[in-house]
Amino acid sequence: MNKIRKELKVSAIENGTVIDHIPTKSVFQVIRILNLDNIENQVLFSTNLDSKKYGKKGLIKVSDKYFKPEEVNKIALVAPSATLIEIKDYQVRLKKSVEIPKQIFKFVKCVNPNCITNYENITTKFDVSIEDNGDIKLWCKYCDKYTAKDNIVFI
Amino acid sequence: MKNRSLVSINDYTKKEWIILLDLAEKFEKNPRQKILENYVVATLFFEPSTRTRLSFESAATRLGAKIVGFTDSSSSSVKKGESLNDTILTVSNYSDIIVMRHPRDGSARYASEVSPIPIINAGDGANQHPTQTLLDLYSIRKTQGTLDNLNIAFIGDLKYGRTVHSLVIALCEFNTTFHLVSPVELKLPSYVKQHIKNNNLKYYQYTELNEVIPKADILYMTRIQKERFLDPIEYEKVKNAYVLKNSMLEKAKDNLKILHPLPRVNEITIDVDANPKAYYFQQALNGVYVRQALLASILGVK
Ligand SMILES: [Zn+2]
Repeated sequence: MNKIRKELKVSAIENGTVIDHIPTKSVFQVIRILNLDNIENQVLFSTNLDSKKYGKKGLIKVSDKYFKPEEVNKIALVAPSATLIEIKDYQVRLKKSVEIPKQIFKFVKCVNPNCITNYENITTKFDVSIEDNGDIKLWCKYCDKYTAKDNIVFI
Repeated sequence: MKNRSLVSINDYTKKEWIILLDLAEKFEKNPRQKILENYVVATLFFEPSTRTRLSFESAATRLGAKIVGFTDSSSSSVKKGESLNDTILTVSNYSDIIVMRHPRDGSARYASEVSPIPIINAGDGANQHPTQTLLDLYSIRKTQGTLDNLNIAFIGDLKYGRTVHSLVIALCEFNTTFHLVSPVELKLPSYVKQHIKNNNLKYYQYTELNEVIPKADILYMTRIQKERFLDPIEYEKVKNAYVLKNSMLEKAKDNLKILHPLPRVNEITIDVDANPKAYYFQQALNGVYVRQALLASILGVK
């Protein structure tokens, strides 16, 4: 708890969410996925911070916003190591790790150009699996094809 | 299987495949039984496939069922932009079961989710075609007397042929030894080979057809399509390397049978047709019995 406070002192937020332990290369992707470049809230972000655990990490602070579980799922696809810290009146209200969901609904497009989900108004459904190198891949429940991490497109 | 859709061969268990094959055997002995007289079978062919449609319609008609549907989407409301959801819901008002063929991968799975009546997938894009797999299993069992412990050779385009992938995966349940003959460009995908390995079974890869003939119980021939090659010269090189001629069958086992999902182009020469080892036309006929078994089981009359 103390450690978090120290970190937040630099630009403490009264209310809102801190997304910590983002792989530094994924910070801009997280901003895009969460649509943070199009909201009225104050957003602060850092890249290449030193991290004991990860070497380099990124951090995003969003004032006056708490994320819904399905938004958190989106982050897990590109930043599975991320931690969410919810701040209320300068106090840490909740701290949780982002978890890779077993299934993904709605917000990812199937990479297969011939998949029925790309032609009809259908909610996409994927089973999430982890490859040997730790990367996520998504298995489309309709066309049986895999979408690799690098091909993930958000709807 | 009553009221259960068949979208992928894995929707049914091995035990259920065997029940279907046993029932298909009964229909082969007695193909005209009016057990579906009170039923309507819809055949929705969003893309034409005359061979598969005729086989299903023959199966249904011989059991006394009535058939409604369309033979390609240009003559239907689909052309006017109706969604797949709406087409399926509408047709389900008029029929008891839907047989569908559709050009998009995953269309049959989606249809099975929205449909109040069962769906039989007669091919969804490049994805699944489970009744082909069932009729292949039926043909292998019928000609060999068993499905277990056979040496099965697959020849030609092993990369893009969904027929081959589904059959290989199904045969992994029967302790098969696989012999895979293809040009380097058209080898069996690694996920299918991984499935063979996961079942502790053996596969051997070849680029020469002759090598494999004396070893095989079944030769499963496939068509090599020109479109699969970026370089037309490469196609010209391989297209004649995987052609089966009657003279090549001298060293074959007595029990060898030759299968092909049809249509063939030139990969089996005409002189093979008269050889008793040629089984591809009977194989197609077996599709009718297997589809009869499937319709009767899903509609719950057998
Ligand atoms: Zn898909």
